[in-house]
Amino acid sequence: MLENVPAAELSCVGRGVERIDTVEKLSGAAYYTGDLRFPGMLFAKVKRSPHAKARIARIDTHKARALPGVHAVLTGADLDVRVGLYLVDKYVLARDVVRHFGEAVAAVAAETPEIARKAVDLIEVDYEPMTPVLDPAKAIENGAPLVHPDLGSYDYVKEVFSPVGGTNIANLSKYRKGDVDKAFAEADLVVEREYTNPSVQHVPMETHVTVGQWQPGDKIQLWTSAQSPFTVRNLFCHAFKLSHNQVRVFIPYVGGGFGGKAGIHLEPLACSLSRAAGGRPVKIQATREEEFSLLPCRSGLVNRIKTALTKDGRILAQQMTMLWDAGAYADYAVNVTRASGYSAAGPYEIPAARIDAYTVYTNKPFGTAYRGFGHVEFSWGTERHMTVLARAIGMDPLEFRKRNALRPGSITLTGEVIREHTGNVTRCMETVAKAIGYGEELTPEWQQRELETGRRIGKSVVALHKAPAMPPFTGTAVVLRMNEDGTVIANLSLTEIGAGTYTSLAQIIAEALKFPIERIKVPVENDTDRDPYDWQTVASKGLMLCGNAAILAARDLLGKAYDMAAQVLRANHCDLDHDADRIFVRHNPECQVPFRALAVGYAYPNGNGIGGPLVGVGRYIAQGLTNLDKETGQGLPALYWTYGAHGLVVEVDPVTGEYDVLKVASAFDVGKAINPSAVRGQIIGGMIQGLGTAMCEGYIYDANGKLLNPNFTDNKIPTSLDMPAEIEAFVVETPQVDGPFGARGVGEHSMIAICGALGNAIQDACGADLTKMPIRAEDVWRALETAGPLLESSATIRNRAACNTRER
Amino acid sequence: MRIRVRVNGRDYQQEAPDHWTLLRFLREGLGLTGTKEGCGAGECGACTIIMDGLTVNSCLVLAPEADGTVIETIEGEAVAGELSPLQRAFHKHHAVQCGFCTPAMILSIKAFLRTNPRPTVREIQEAIEGNFCRCTGYQQIIEAVQEVTGQREGQEELGHA
Repeated sequence: MLENVPAAELSCVGRGVERIDTVEKLSGAAYYTGDLRFPGMLFAKVKRSPHAKARIARIDTHKARALPGVHAVLTGADLDVRVGLYLVDKYVLARDVVRHFGEAVAAVAAETPEIARKAVDLIEVDYEPMTPVLDPAKAIENGAPLVHPDLGSYDYVKEVFSPVGGTNIANLSKYRKGDVDKAFAEADLVVEREYTNPSVQHVPMETHVTVGQWQPGDKIQLWTSAQSPFTVRNLFCHAFKLSHNQVRVFIPYVGGGFGGKAGIHLEPLACSLSRAAGGRPVKIQATREEEFSLLPCRSGLVNRIKTALTKDGRILAQQMTMLWDAGAYADYAVNVTRASGYSAAGPYEIPAARIDAYTVYTNKPFGTAYRGFGHVEFSWGTERHMTVLARAIGMDPLEFRKRNALRPGSITLTGEVIREHTGNVTRCMETVAKAIGYGEELTPEWQQRELETGRRIGKSVVALHKAPAMPPFTGTAVVLRMNEDGTVIANLSLTEIGAGTYTSLAQIIAEALKFPIERIKVPVENDTDRDPYDWQTVASKGLMLCGNAAILAARDLLGKAYDMAAQVLRANHCDLDHDADRIFVRHNPECQVPFRALAVGYAYPNGNGIGGPLVGVGRYIAQGLTNLDKETGQGLPALYWTYGAHGLVVEVDPVTGEYDVLKVASAFDVGKAINPSAVRGQIIGGMIQGLGTAMCEGYIYDANGKLLNPNFTDNKIPTSLDMPAEIEAFVVETPQVDGPFGARGVGEHSMIAICGALGNAIQDACGADLTKMPIRAEDVWRALETAGPLLESSATIRNRAACNTRER
Repeated sequence: MRIRVRVNGRDYQQEAPDHWTLLRFLREGLGLTGTKEGCGAGECGACTIIMDGLTVNSCLVLAPEADGTVIETIEGEAVAGELSPLQRAFHKHHAVQCGFCTPAMILSIKAFLRTNPRPTVREIQEAIEGNFCRCTGYQQIIEAVQEVTGQREGQEELGHA
């Protein structure tokens, strides 16, 4: 709901106010799930598979059960319970077979973590190792060993997904647009390449942790580091065949999620152990090593792209085959496959397209949602490919992007028409291009630097888009309650996992009520018994959906306050107005009643009461979206598109392949920056997280599927020393017509396409032609060893005389 | 063994198993849960505290090793309910997102600024290299530090194209 208030009249929205959740985080007072202790609380540890695929021949738990202090020991044989988000394929503990390295086969709850660990060590498991399937391309070949022989009998969301029984294909999403064959026949040029991404770990600083209590009488309480309290409750109830009234989920402060905590993970195991231990609360906290393989990661991707284009730089058609390496369980990967399929063109108009996106089971730790939901992975390929295409026809890569960019009237892969108010990706590209001096001669300082160091500077501009990946009917509700003193508490069920959404929502509520933000409280902790429903805290959709619900709740609360005031003041409802403190008659402002006097019902001097406590309810649901046709992918999946662009400057040593990122400028069309400081934090934080994917992160397996780098020594993430020397963040503000004060979400987008930006800038600098994530110095070196002579850079114009002396 | 420590200006004497880490002693023994565990292996820095004036990963220090030491944790940073200048700068510059790395980040910077009150950006980056933050990308943390050291006034703006 665009409130269409001129920026000058906004008092709270659009200001970089301080976050509402920071003081307790700064003082150590914020309680995260791992900080909680309960009377009688037990500690759980799990026994994990050392094999990627094996038959469990025998599990002997006698010694573990006999250990003093042990209260519960469970194996898969004790738990005939399967869980799954979209495809119900995962036992709480492995039964009969293990499907990935690190999978839990048994668990213990004991009085101390040490006893639990000792008991786990006493559990004897005999495995019969089997040949794992590790390569997604081999996994979809006929006759490949099946990860889930019973796939054909699993329950799944039939309106949306298409698993293929008797194969390793957990889902196949198809997108068809235009006459692809004709376009390829008419093309001046056809370019086909393959780009790959390994699995990547989210690395929230707080590992997954849950305290579960299954009390006698089947009353269940959960305190958990999850992003989506209602999804945890819903899936838990489905798995254990319980009423939603029997399960209560509390979310304390959450130490980062990034999608890794979006679904349901340790909760069923903690509660099953609690049930077996007679109802004592049981805490499970993943170790950092477990975070890498017991908990899920981001799916790998093999992305084959074949493009038909004209020599004047128009894309005619694109064919893409995406093999998503989901690992052993489908989890979110099937929906990553679907959502990235309909976005896979990037923010460009592709007149004809044929896209087949496969979710492939392999015997590896499984993939889940991760900030960007597939777009980080496929944009590595598509944004590299755009530059490869441009270079193939001798066109500047930025010009090529602009020529093919989505604009009003463009048709997306699923048949959606882009409109003026959808956003402006070209403006994002131009903004970052200007910020990095794209196409300009290098500054004298940088020319000097090249001469002195022998390093070469390269630049790139990439573009991106993403829409929230969510059910077409995703809804939410916000409840506002006025306290006796006129302050307001907002109940809602997004979680504040760090993105700052709660502060933005407080600003929206303050603006809608015309109250100062200090009067608005959005409690950080969530409780499914007390808070209204929200689907999940994912997809960059929270600000828009919850923001709209919050505005409606504010209107509802004010309406009820006005009703009471009209009676108290003996005035027409339509003649009333209000400020921060009172409701008054517009033409007679002294005739007034303070909100304080209305907050819990108005009392006349003689004690008569009217009205009642002020509560405002706002509900909002996505409008007009549809499921997609299973054969063609046609339909309306996008609540909105957030566009963006990165400009990147890199300095590469062409001998060793070592490089440093000198500058990144990023711009996003956010509609309206509700809190510019928070938006800046999302832009920079996500960009650096994306650079982690680009520069150094990724799972490494041995030939048997054992994960070799489940720690920060061997799987590095960016530190402060990995920051680009210079960072700039911009917003474009094309208002979202149905967004709160014109806003759209930007939580994930900053991470998208930065990988392509790095790869393209490195190619611009030294010619290295990169197709695999991540890009380590040795990868640049290898690419240079196999490359031909340096191509003249198009994005970076050098002083030619200086440049010529350094040609390889 | 019985461990005697002075934490945030208060003396404690408490029994703890010999194998407990200082991190566990602070969290479970003394109830000071502001110090977090991120990896338990000395790699991420989320458990950083100041012991006898020097930062340590408290997950790598055994509790008995801390006997007789003077310790500073995040719980001692705000005085009489008032945020310290460093905390206030973090608040102002949006240097906190999920908050899990924040207590350790504050302690690392606090110890660092005692020895280097006017650091360069590079020196700040080196000082917090051992403190992972997955949310912020470090930029707003560095800006907060620069405000405390008097090297920056006002907030860095988001550009509007």
